[in-house]
Amino acid sequence: MSRTPLDTVEHAAATPDVELPWAELGLKKDEYERVVEILGRRPTGAELAMYSVMWSEHCSYKSSKVHLRQFGEKAPRSDALLVGIGENAGVVDVGQGYAVTFKVESHNHPSYVEPYQGAATGVGGIVRDIIAMGARPVAVVDPLRFGSADHPDTKRVLPGVVAGIGGYGNCLGLPNIGGEVVFDSCYQGNPLVNAGAIGVMRHEDIHLAKASGAGNKVILYGARTGGDGIGGASILASETFDDAKPSKRPAVQVGDPFQEKLLIECTLEAFREKLVVGIQDLGAAGLSCATSELASNGSGGMRVTLDDVPLRDSTLSPEEILMSESQERMCAVVEPAKVDRFLEICDKWDVIATVIGEVTDGDRLEIYWHGGKIVDVDPRTVAHEGPVYERPYARPSWQDELQADDANKLPRPGSGDELGEQVLKLVGSPNQASKKWITSQYDHFVQGNTVLAQPEDSGMIRIDEESGLGVAIATDGNGRYAKLDPYAGAQLALAEAYRNVATTGAKPLAVSDCLNFGSPEDPAVMWQFAEAVRGLADACQQLGTPVTGGNVSLYNQTGEAAIHPTPVVAVLGVIDDVARRTPVAFQEEGQLLYLLGDTAEEFGGSAWSQVVHDHLGGMPPKVDLERERLLGEILISASRDGMIDSAHDLSDGGLIQAVVESALLGGKGARLVVPDGLDAFTFLFSESAGRAVVAVPRSEEVRFNDMCGARGLPAARIGVVDGDSVELQGEFALTLDELREAHEGTIPALLA
Amino acid sequence: MTARIGVVTFPGSLDDRDTQRAIRLAGAEPVALWHKDKDLKQVDAVVLPGGFSYGDYLRAGAISRFSPVMESVIEQAKAGLPVLGICNGFQVLTEAHLLPGGMLGNDHLHFICRDQKLQVENADTAWTSDYEAGQEIHIPLKNMDGRYVADRYTLDKLEAEGRVAFRYLDFNPNGSLNDIAGITNEAGNVVGLMPHPEHAVEPLIGTGRTDGLPFFTSILKKLVNA
Repeated sequence: MSRTPLDTVEHAAATPDVELPWAELGLKKDEYERVVEILGRRPTGAELAMYSVMWSEHCSYKSSKVHLRQFGEKAPRSDALLVGIGENAGVVDVGQGYAVTFKVESHNHPSYVEPYQGAATGVGGIVRDIIAMGARPVAVVDPLRFGSADHPDTKRVLPGVVAGIGGYGNCLGLPNIGGEVVFDSCYQGNPLVNAGAIGVMRHEDIHLAKASGAGNKVILYGARTGGDGIGGASILASETFDDAKPSKRPAVQVGDPFQEKLLIECTLEAFREKLVVGIQDLGAAGLSCATSELASNGSGGMRVTLDDVPLRDSTLSPEEILMSESQERMCAVVEPAKVDRFLEICDKWDVIATVIGEVTDGDRLEIYWHGGKIVDVDPRTVAHEGPVYERPYARPSWQDELQADDANKLPRPGSGDELGEQVLKLVGSPNQASKKWITSQYDHFVQGNTVLAQPEDSGMIRIDEESGLGVAIATDGNGRYAKLDPYAGAQLALAEAYRNVATTGAKPLAVSDCLNFGSPEDPAVMWQFAEAVRGLADACQQLGTPVTGGNVSLYNQTGEAAIHPTPVVAVLGVIDDVARRTPVAFQEEGQLLYLLGDTAEEFGGSAWSQVVHDHLGGMPPKVDLERERLLGEILISASRDGMIDSAHDLSDGGLIQAVVESALLGGKGARLVVPDGLDAFTFLFSESAGRAVVAVPRSEEVRFNDMCGARGLPAARIGVVDGDSVELQGEFALTLDELREAHEGTIPALLA
Repeated sequence: MTARIGVVTFPGSLDDRDTQRAIRLAGAEPVALWHKDKDLKQVDAVVLPGGFSYGDYLRAGAISRFSPVMESVIEQAKAGLPVLGICNGFQVLTEAHLLPGGMLGNDHLHFICRDQKLQVENADTAWTSDYEAGQEIHIPLKNMDGRYVADRYTLDKLEAEGRVAFRYLDFNPNGSLNDIAGITNEAGNVVGLMPHPEHAVEPLIGTGRTDGLPFFTSILKKLVNA
């Protein structure tokens, strides 16, 4: 049947029996019935469009909400937190009047469907979240996961994703300073493209997404609205891929970084002149999200005239306009007296800006089209009171068997030569190999404040030229560990990111996360999710680093097979003076190498077990968060007091991976000896957590040892920076040239 | 007295603030110039910074070249005003025909960001006098369309007249003809190059080298001694 003339609120009330396409829009039957109950009538087509996208898994967190509450309930007391979970991004006090906002988000499914645009718009979206807090974006990071490095489809997806991240981020003028690239066949049909961004502002410049003050104008500015990305959040991000369904490419948005760059400059100029009362970016769910969130967070209601939205395609229906995920758009709430100036600034930057509505003193969100009222809802029911599911979860039946398959029992190398061969194989394996071919496609110099960038342990940006104040960020996640034990795996991800920040000399302050999991409708996946969240919340509480926000990405699976549970954790740290930062590269021959922390036989989920035996089983390394904290404190003190000249955290690949990286980056070799109580194999390849290797100038050795002794941190002298090979005394020696060839040749050979 | 050096901001310029910082660190006074504004504010020299002006749409530099500020830059450069074009700025200068040749996409088809080794070939321009001819320096390079091309006649003329200002050493990162990284006009007041000297001015930042600072001290000395 037709819905002529226009499906207004009045029309909907008068025609209760009209069938609406709620299932096609991704709503479940009971969810649709709840919409009807809330409204006391059937929704109009426009209302249905709004509810369907806002109640999608991606926007509403309906499956994850009950678990995510722990991040608030268990949040450690922190003076640093200025804005917590719930806003576009969390905000952290880093001192000297500066505040830093940061967040990680996923753009997984779009990047599989259309790698370049999917990844590009992922960068665009996270950057708009940062601007919407009032901050100037200063850096991006990209944790990426792909299928097997030698699979033909990886060659389709990876180069597109990398070019998309570079194409967008480089054009915005944001240095790309960190992230990861991991290969595993579990991500074959479902790559993980996570994108993180950091922004800096003064405390007084923090802006929030709320529409207050009756009579204030709602201004939509940026790109025109088109038909791209319609239903991206509900259809792409919230369902499992299925070969039988038609291609989802029309649901992927198309990015224009040039437009976004103008949007950044124009927004920051408006902030500087204090013209903005509230602001929201248009990302997932587009105008539906921006209007309902602004209205529900503010004190009043909102009236919007949809006819005033500038369109790229004049044939779009009001439902499509509300659902469109066209990129590079923002929505600002501005006092009437300041509207002219706001529009002037937009004009200066050639950004289209249109008043599309105003804040009312009621409590309804009303949207008009061609004179008829097509939406009349309580905005809270759209934005915040979506369905909440207590999904059933259960420890999978195979978990015990997986954990019993002990990696410590795998055959080990029998001779020094074999050890050397395995070292070469390890550092040249796709996961452990240099990612320079990828990161050299990203600009890491722009803005002139980059102190450290990948492959350093954390990216570091100077934020004050006078004082040298800086911030550091590291992202980590190990799906193999999390598969073996999701609770421990999430804690290990946090521990590693925390350690990486401390290794560069910065004090860890706060956490953002991107939780990538399979389908929440699978109880085994839901158990992994519940365990990971519980693990992360517990660990954040113990380390005193609150979760400030983040993102949940579910339905990461192809058919029945879910990805490894992959919680990616970003830790933000602060350093008083970036001149004190500690790099990874060996600086000077003759410096002494110390291994900090305890090494045990821990090979479950290790890089060695994957590379040498293609094995995943056993238990991941033991978590000791108090040890992580102590190690962090020692690394920060040593950096501040000039006791170490280089440092590298130990994680996947173990000690030898770290030493080889430091040697290749510094162009200086190392002579190693196995410390008392360890065998050569465990010394080289174990992945025990809470460890780092540092290079200590001889003049500082006594002082450094005294500090470690006094604080109770095990520190074993394991060798010296020397020569042009990496040598384990009595076992093997590998020249820097052969190590470099193995380490740097792999990725170009597979992908270039 | 010090020199006032203008830095143009086009829509999509990225390294404008970085260039202003480099000018400041060299001891000169940076002056912000706006692309819609013909007025050069009586600056003593102009830098066209890197970035993706107008999104590099149509062709890198092709739209910026027609902006109001460029009318003044072109006119005054012909009368001797020192002008430096960095990366996108170099592309604008070739589009504006202040420098010969042009830039195509990198031969490997990827964006490339690296610490690039260069040889200074001409230390007699307004922007290179603080270097020595033959000096080897490291300057960060980052571009998508950095492959310098020109017809054979132009290349021969540039080589014969010593107007190749910088050449890539050890590794040609984009397929530029004759390994050309930067060139100058006949008078030596207009210089363009793909690498980014403004990213190599502080020991702590970026690659940790300061090999780019002499660009800005060269022009300062020239202007102050003039």
